[in-house]
Amino acid sequence: MSDSTIVLIVMTVGTFALKSAGPLVLGDRSLPRRVQQVVDLLPAALLAALTIVSTVGDGREIVIDARLVGLVVAGSALWRRLPFVVVIVVASAATALTRLIS
Amino acid sequence: MNDLDDAVRRRAIHRQAASIIAAVAPFGIVFGAAAATAGLSLLQAIGFSALVFGGSSQFAAVEILGDGGSVASAAIAGLLLNVRSLAFGVIMAPALFGAWWQRAAMSQLMIDESIAVGAAQSERRWRRYGYLVAGIGVFVVWNLTTILGHVAFAGAGDLITDLGLDAAGPAAFLALLWPRLSSAPQRRTAIVGALIALVMIPFAPPGVPILAAMLGVVAARFGKPDEQPSDALIDESGIIP
Repeated sequence: MSDSTIVLIVMTVGTFALKSAGPLVLGDRSLPRRVQQVVDLLPAALLAALTIVSTVGDGREIVIDARLVGLVVAGSALWRRLPFVVVIVVASAATALTRLIS
Repeated sequence: MNDLDDAVRRRAIHRQAASIIAAVAPFGIVFGAAAATAGLSLLQAIGFSALVFGGSSQFAAVEILGDGGSVASAAIAGLLLNVRSLAFGVIMAPALFGAWWQRAAMSQLMIDESIAVGAAQSERRWRRYGYLVAGIGVFVVWNLTTILGHVAFAGAGDLITDLGLDAAGPAAFLALLWPRLSSAPQRRTAIVGALIALVMIPFAPPGVPILAAMLGVVAARFGKPDEQPSDALIDESGIIP
């Protein structure tokens, strides 16, 4: 079995457990407040880390390239409250353009 | 009278869901392409989109696998990104009533988009309706675009860089993160998490910097005592712009 298939199986089972835990087990009860606070914050740390790693990461190296231009453009598009699709398109276009002229 | 109200409410939910479902399409194409680039077969890519069904977690796992990361780091990073489903489940539980197998089946549609549309409604039955409409719509589009991305871009890594699609992932992560940044504890967590990840890239195998970034939640503790992140539960409803 390939690594990808093992990851797929583990994530399928694990994600199923995480998604159905609330509706199946907790029902209308809520988590302890301190636990809830940490759970609420986890996505922020992880999404920020993914943003950085996918922008400048290349295996175990930090590589600054046209992706960074795309991220800056994405940031300014979000600042202007442009829709999700537009943000992705302009970020990709800016990165492609940077590669074209450099 | 009630029928009229219901029709208006239903149309409003359809509009909300439609824009969110459309926004998912390019993301699905990018995922399909990323999966192909990372060496996943079409069946494996569809497996992730249909069985795991969680955008950022799929990207994280595939990105780590493509970088040559270990099975454990890919699976753990992917699952950690879905830990927020625990909170989603708590929010949606009252609306997802039914027999246990119905609850289990409906909870598979639990993603940022379905929670966003569902939690935006005020009544329980409309929360359920919004959640299901957005969830089913995104599921169909997400899987179709995964196939399209994988088939159209398979083995064409140059095309991805030529079109700048390698910046679409970072842009999408930033877009998903963006609405959270208006809350101070979330912002602190994000900044510290990003710094931890950045510093660790050269020193740890792929995936580990993303796991280590979790420690960024400690940063939220340095806020003012009255600055409680409990509102973040409500913010979850608006995490898609």
